[in-house]
Amino acid sequence: MTPRSSAPGSAYGVRTKLHSVTNVLVALITARPGREVRQVALCNLRPLRIVVAAFAAGAMAVGVAACGGDDAPTEVVLVTHESFALSDEVRRAFEEESGLTLRVLQAGDAGEIVTRALLTAGNPEGDVLFGVDSNLLARALEGDVFEPYESPGLESVDDRYVLDPEHRVTPIDHGEVCLNYDKAWFAERGIPPPPSLDDLAAPRYRDLLVVQNPATSTPGLAFLLATVARYGDRGWQDLWRRLRANGVLVVDGWEEAYTTRFSGASGSRGDRPIVVSYASSPPAEVIFREPRPAEAPTAVVEDSCFSQVELAGILRGAANGDGARQLIDFMLSPTFQEDIPLNMFVFPVNREAALPPEFVEHAVVPADPLALPPEEIEANRDAWVAEWTRIVVR
Amino acid sequence: MRTDPRWWRALAYGVPLAFLTLFFLYPLAAIVERGLLAEEAGSALDVLTDPLTREVVWFTVWQAVASTVLTVLVALPAAYVLGRYDFPGRSLTRALVVVPFVLPTVVVALAFLAVLPEPLERGWAPILIAHAFFNVAVVVRIVGTFWASLDRRTAEAAATLGAGPWRRAREVTLPLLAPALAAAAAIVFLFSLTSFGIVLILGGPRYATLEAEIYNQAVRLFDLRAAAVLALLQLGFVALTVWVAMRLEARLAGTGRLGSERDVLERPRTAREKAVVVGSLGGLALFLGVPLAVLVERSFAIGDGYGLDAYRALTSPTSALLASPWEAILNSIVFAAAATGIAVAVGGLAAFAVAAPQGSRILDGLLMLPLGASAVMLGFGFVIAFDTAPLDFRSQPWLVPVAQALVATPFVVRIVAPTLRAIDERQREAAALLGASPGRVRREIDVPVAGRALAVAAGFAFAISLGEFGATVFLARPDRPTLPVAIFRFLGRPGELNVAQAYALAVILMAVTALTILLVDRIRIRRGGWV
Repeated sequence: MTPRSSAPGSAYGVRTKLHSVTNVLVALITARPGREVRQVALCNLRPLRIVVAAFAAGAMAVGVAACGGDDAPTEVVLVTHESFALSDEVRRAFEEESGLTLRVLQAGDAGEIVTRALLTAGNPEGDVLFGVDSNLLARALEGDVFEPYESPGLESVDDRYVLDPEHRVTPIDHGEVCLNYDKAWFAERGIPPPPSLDDLAAPRYRDLLVVQNPATSTPGLAFLLATVARYGDRGWQDLWRRLRANGVLVVDGWEEAYTTRFSGASGSRGDRPIVVSYASSPPAEVIFREPRPAEAPTAVVEDSCFSQVELAGILRGAANGDGARQLIDFMLSPTFQEDIPLNMFVFPVNREAALPPEFVEHAVVPADPLALPPEEIEANRDAWVAEWTRIVVR
Repeated sequence: MRTDPRWWRALAYGVPLAFLTLFFLYPLAAIVERGLLAEEAGSALDVLTDPLTREVVWFTVWQAVASTVLTVLVALPAAYVLGRYDFPGRSLTRALVVVPFVLPTVVVALAFLAVLPEPLERGWAPILIAHAFFNVAVVVRIVGTFWASLDRRTAEAAATLGAGPWRRAREVTLPLLAPALAAAAAIVFLFSLTSFGIVLILGGPRYATLEAEIYNQAVRLFDLRAAAVLALLQLGFVALTVWVAMRLEARLAGTGRLGSERDVLERPRTAREKAVVVGSLGGLALFLGVPLAVLVERSFAIGDGYGLDAYRALTSPTSALLASPWEAILNSIVFAAAATGIAVAVGGLAAFAVAAPQGSRILDGLLMLPLGASAVMLGFGFVIAFDTAPLDFRSQPWLVPVAQALVATPFVVRIVAPTLRAIDERQREAAALLGASPGRVRREIDVPVAGRALAVAAGFAFAISLGEFGATVFLARPDRPTLPVAIFRFLGRPGELNVAQAYALAVILMAVTALTILLVDRIRIRRGGWV
């Protein structure tokens, strides 16, 4: 074995090292397959170089992406949950109208974003928080995370949606959590579908209901609150005892209940024809089915509907307060409000916003849904859920 | 290590420690401190003495133990086959076995619900089966690869001395395999201990693990103090597991010589050997393949028949995401590439520090902690720790690859360190004798060997990053959804087309993973190595 010059830093050693590094860079920059890449490949550090090249590419891509954001008041940051959706045209309309870039920070569900807002009160992650619902409102207000703002758009909104007289939060949309049932299933067997909440515990509806656990699911919680609102603080327990005796199935979340257990969902192999879902689920079944049916295959039990309002608020300590106010105004404008139903499957609060034809034809907007004041929910929710768990699960 | 230049030692110890401290210990400490100091009525010990907590802790521990045992039992036949035989499709098997590992739990849970018979659908049984499904990859690859590098002559010598096959397995092979088994079992135990989605969906309302309870306390009840106490309890279990695993490995390591795969593997010759190969692999294929087949089938199901509608719908922008689904695929790949780079850099340096004769076991143990720490608390920790300048980067997109790298780094160390340890010291001594400086010895002997191991580690780290474990789930990706996020959002909307698109994305995730592992596996490790 002929030793090479062994002195470190010899001319040969340095030249080889520089040569190899240059090879990698050249290959990266020119990205030409062929000679450079083959020369690089032939060296015995090939695996390491591929890894370094991949790392450099990945880091550059992420770095370039990260360099985009600039905290000067040219952008407004919206903090929201995973169910938020917005059409490109509407987003561009806002950006053109206001001259600001809209950045959306999306992670988790309503509970998680409220927790994050509470943890960062005073030094928030963004400018506007969207996604606080009526169940979590009292907790968010107690945590003093918002700055009051009364938007002029509120003139077109019904008073019953304005849950905070101090305008720390602004209503943006409302959705109703209702029992949905599979029309075809009941028609095939000649059984009338349940006309109201009271009939659910009847023997003919044995083993037909699937609900979500209120401890882990928002619609599940809403349904529990519906029974509390309907039967009062003393009466709801009895209904649930009877439901348990009648074979109610409790699952963890909406996805499992609706897509796997509910017989009325297209593509589902479920066998339960009654599920807790939303008033907007029947039109969704029309829109997302190929080919589109003339009539909605599912319907809601109207008196079981529980109203949920979703609100937005300017976070205290926001970097761009002006932009935040503009965004809230925009979210109440007909442009944004009319975009809501087909994106988020809830209803706009602005009475001047037109509903899409599928919703007009197939959706039922309950005239008088059940509701509970946010403070009462906040004070009793944990106790109610614990008691529900004792009655139904254990 | 003592002969290395000081700057190298500083780098090898300092960079991993700095990374761990800044991105793990500091946020976790911040959120735990916030929780313990919260103004709640009652003491911190209240939640520990609550009988519900005891139930939860007991369930968490026993299901983790049972899951580990089941996983090892299911994986061992396949590990045996991969460790002894060479057969067509060997690399494909090794790649495909990793695919379940990266799938999001909600998708797998739904596939299981479609497959499992009625009595097994709910309760602790499907939880154990699902854990085995996810974690088989860890055992098969770690134990299988290690098995393939064991010198067979020890077992052959025992045979000539009269030991039967079972005695050989018990007294020769098992002790030799023990370090790899201990490492794999520890990792599977940690993953099962901190399992969250599977338990909620398949266990039903009656079962909850510590992680689910932490989430419940932190998010649903907003009782940060209880959440912080439970998170510390979980960290305690994790530290205990890691310590036990390290002791086992230390005691068991170094009892055999490692050979090259080329010498060890042979084609199955007798009918019995072929039956064993086909039987083991067939069994594993059935176990892993049936839920995956359900996923693939659901992605093509439209109306009453089948079609490519879901895949075609993926190419158009959708209201479920703020970007088109193909962007989600690209984002996943870019983030995973960046995370892999970070994990390989940090993990590679740590491996040098750990593999040295007087190397630091503490560093090794510390790096394993992110595998078992509470993901939800760490996610919140990021939000409150990085909120003021100069550490003002909680909304930056690059935090996502960092969180992914936290989980991938211990795997890199596990893969590279044993390879470095296995380098014959005499080679280094010969080089030094011929006049090479310590730095040159490192460069020309250690780095090429480590390079191959690093490339294999990079493949595994890439798969882990695609699967988004740990705190990654709780981080916001400003305007840049990734594949698991996209799948989750599609599943959250009613409508058959949305569900089919979710499954289609899951199939694409599977394909990308399998392809990456296949590519990386072509770079063979020359000297032992652990995955």
